[in-house]
Amino acid sequence: MKRELMKFLLFAIPMLLLPLALQGGYMLNVMVFVGINTMLAVALNLLLGYAGQISLGHAGFFGLGAYISGALTTISGLNPWLAMPLAALVVGLLAFGIGFPILKLKGHYLAMATLGLGIIIYIAFNETVTLTGGPSGLSGIPNLSLGGFVFDSDLKNYYLIWFFTLLVVLFSLNLAGSRIGRALRAVHDSEVAARVVGVNARLLKVQIFTLSAVICSLAGSLYAHTMTFLAPASFGFHFSVELLTMVVIGGLGSVYGSFLGAALLTLLPEFLRAAHDYDIVIYGILLIVMVMFMPGGLVRGVPEIYRKLASRRGNAADA
Amino acid sequence: MPLMLELQGVTQIFGGVTALEDVCFTASAGDITGVIGPNGAGKTTLFNIVTGIYSQTSGRVLFEGRDVSGLPPEKLATVGIVRTFQNIELFANMTVLENVMVGLHTRSRSGLLACSLRMPWAMREERQIRGEAVKWLEFAGIAELADVEAGNLPFGKGRLLEIARAMALQPRILLMDEPAAGLNSRETMGLAALIRQIRDMGVTVMLVEHDMELVMDICDRIVVLNLGRKLAEGTPRQIQDNPDVVAAYLGVDE
Repeated sequence: MKRELMKFLLFAIPMLLLPLALQGGYMLNVMVFVGINTMLAVALNLLLGYAGQISLGHAGFFGLGAYISGALTTISGLNPWLAMPLAALVVGLLAFGIGFPILKLKGHYLAMATLGLGIIIYIAFNETVTLTGGPSGLSGIPNLSLGGFVFDSDLKNYYLIWFFTLLVVLFSLNLAGSRIGRALRAVHDSEVAARVVGVNARLLKVQIFTLSAVICSLAGSLYAHTMTFLAPASFGFHFSVELLTMVVIGGLGSVYGSFLGAALLTLLPEFLRAAHDYDIVIYGILLIVMVMFMPGGLVRGVPEIYRKLASRRGNAADA
Repeated sequence: MPLMLELQGVTQIFGGVTALEDVCFTASAGDITGVIGPNGAGKTTLFNIVTGIYSQTSGRVLFEGRDVSGLPPEKLATVGIVRTFQNIELFANMTVLENVMVGLHTRSRSGLLACSLRMPWAMREERQIRGEAVKWLEFAGIAELADVEAGNLPFGKGRLLEIARAMALQPRILLMDEPAAGLNSRETMGLAALIRQIRDMGVTVMLVEHDMELVMDICDRIVVLNLGRKLAEGTPRQIQDNPDVVAAYLGVDE
């Protein structure tokens, strides 16, 4: 228990000090995206890595959170702090309602159903022009503010987003280590065995699907109020797949792994800019190599490679 | 002895195949009841019906006088009907201790929020669960394996873990599907002692088993199924002397 807290502090403190090293500017803005993507990847990991249920529609929940928050604050002039929980409530109810029929499906069928859900939501963003602005986007979304303090700079947004990111990480770590997390992993390993020892697998899957969607909605609302502009393209199928990639590359069933996956996939394109037209090719090859050599994800693969290198060095010294 | 389990005219039809036909029998509280029969007799189907994996085509299952037909497995588990599987169903990626802790899931209450916020009562409950899980590992004699990943256990130990996990629910009746399958003779002897111990704790036991020596040794009553029907029912002595049973197992001269 103490060790878990130490690990969390080893993660949280550097993240809080990072802006000092970055000295503002563009990278700070990129790190805001790392924070948002970490929340989303952690949320998807609770569903995929712990409960073993796939979703290819999570970008939809992210988008719903963003657009509900955006529309409520621009059209109805609602306070963003009220719009955020309201969006989360709506998305939560939607996920709970859809969860019951959809989570009866397994494997490829569940993937197809959630894919369809994501696409329907995406189409709604494009077509409900009066609410979302359609393909041309929704602009003029207000920043969050506390008293007179407005979160309107990259640095302020960094701390705003990372405050929530660290909360989501801590919340998820606690959940994963509890009886609920244990029951989720049990359902993942053998649903029939979980049921015969009294775990209500169906309800549990719907609950975690709902929680996952609510976290995505929260991340979406924060995205809307920091970017102040939304366009449907950010919430399409492509982004759902990217989230899935973050979770798998980072490590299924590891909260910190989701951070690593989110950070890598968000930062990599920035670093590959130098390769100009070849960036996409290098990006793809890197992903393939990582999945081949680290099937357990970065969180398990990196320590293992380190161990192998260390033991090889040890052998060389012996010889 | 009061009745623990009563099957009334249980019939199961898969497509056009009748797996069980009008099966009636009872299991008394505190007994070890054996269900035997040649392959394809419908023994596992019967277990799947009693534990809610299948719901029967017709007929009723009464548990302590109450109709539990058609209830899902998770509901039956909380009522007191718990089972083990022929091929062992463990949570392979979890430790031995965690497997048993899942068995205590229904006897803990903390919700999603209380767990995520590490509320003091949730933490207290977690410690209780852990302590009790260790007790059940000791009961099954596998406490030293607590931190081993269940998927890495040898078959015999996995069987004991499955029993420990089932017992953690404190069932009223424990149904065991071929508990001796895949065990060597020493492990089988240990199993027999463990099953008796479970019975002596006041848990009614029902088992499907092919190891006749074990069945005749530990069962108080035996039910024989053949081709989906009940062929005979009685004490081990009565069953051994029953000509129909001998014919079903060995065949008869025309």
